[in-house]
Amino acid sequence: MIELNDVHKSFGKVEVLKGITASVAKSEVVCIIGPSGSGKSTILRCINGLESYDRGEISVEGARVDSNDRSIVAIRTQVSMVFQRFNLFPHRTALENVIEGPLYVKKEPHEQAIARGRALLAQVGLADKAEVHPPKLSGGQQQRVAIARALAMQPKAILFDEPTSALDPELVGDVLSVMRKLADDGMTMVVVTHEMGFARDVADRVLFIDGGVIVEQGAAKSVLNQPQHPRTQDFLRRVLHPL
Amino acid sequence: MQKFFHDAVEFVPILLQGVWLTIVVTVGSLALSTVLGLVWALMRVSGIRILVWLSAALINVIRGIPIIVLLFYIYFVMPDFGIALSALQAAIIGLGIAYSAYQAENFRAGIEAIDKGQIEAAQTIGMGWWLTMRRVVLPQAVRIILPPYGNIMIMMLKDSSQASTITVAELALQGKLIASSTFKNTSVFTLVALMYLTMSIPLILLVRHFENKANRK
Repeated sequence: MIELNDVHKSFGKVEVLKGITASVAKSEVVCIIGPSGSGKSTILRCINGLESYDRGEISVEGARVDSNDRSIVAIRTQVSMVFQRFNLFPHRTALENVIEGPLYVKKEPHEQAIARGRALLAQVGLADKAEVHPPKLSGGQQQRVAIARALAMQPKAILFDEPTSALDPELVGDVLSVMRKLADDGMTMVVVTHEMGFARDVADRVLFIDGGVIVEQGAAKSVLNQPQHPRTQDFLRRVLHPL
Repeated sequence: MQKFFHDAVEFVPILLQGVWLTIVVTVGSLALSTVLGLVWALMRVSGIRILVWLSAALINVIRGIPIIVLLFYIYFVMPDFGIALSALQAAIIGLGIAYSAYQAENFRAGIEAIDKGQIEAAQTIGMGWWLTMRRVVLPQAVRIILPPYGNIMIMMLKDSSQASTITVAELALQGKLIASSTFKNTSVFTLVALMYLTMSIPLILLVRHFENKANRK
């Protein structure tokens, strides 16, 4: 469903993606792991056109991703994104955040958007927070609203950019369990994460990225339990046993 | 003191005619400068090179010309090009254009203060540039823009007196006319000053209200 073919991307003179080739099938959950600055987030941002890429090709269901073309709007409504820092609209309530896209981009009827928005908030366990503004919610609650906002566009895939990295440790579980349920329901997901437990239990496949290239990839359990490449082994050792 | 009150009773009705014109000039040019300023600011943040350049050039040209020269130009020079405006129209347009530069810089600062993540979040739910501005950026920028906007309102109220230079009989000119025909300079200009102050006070309170509201969030 999502195809990346030899994708290159530079910021100024620094090449952050040095030829990424990967694909994500429908209903597949792919976790991208790797050290900071390895280009993980950039891959996600290129997939839905928040960043342009210099060479190679990215396509979503056969449509080429071009951040400078009008077609990007259609792709973005099919591939939603959840950010590390939530990026909820602070001047609108939780429910208004969720129905913003359906109302103003998809032009759904008001009643229908509200009904579905409330159902989505219930799905992420926040039915009682519909009328609350984001600054009054905890980080975990904000991130779940952000997931509901992404789901409201009825996307075919969701990209998660370190969705739990900005959360207090005790709030991480709530968000991960919502994501696990999405995966169980067959949502196609690409997740940049440092949560190795989540990757091992939920992901179908794991990509280990370092220095702008895919160093190792494969079934989640095999990459995480028996990494083949020394860099992967070293990275996992540092993450899993920091002391 | 008694003499002052006696003069006040005599002159206030005439000065009030000037007050009315002052309000018309201020409100008219405020509206025009707001609309133009918003257009310049949106051009400036559009990311389209020619529009960015054009708006930057316009703002600098407008900022670099004194208001009084702009007013003379519109009132005295434009008729040579076949555009003859009444003094009131010329005043509103001149002050509106002059202040649009300051409005634009204020709007731009407010827009650019909005976190980039907000714009990205809007993009990822499929919003285009204009929808992102209207639904996400501008509603949040208003909170930042309002306190300086209130200050600009106060400055415009006072600068509306420059319309007197092109014969608009607003408060300052009305005062000057009375003073020069009665020689009661002290009474007349004290009254004029008090009237400007009276009009400014509600605006000053409004600015304070905006500031409190902005700080609370």
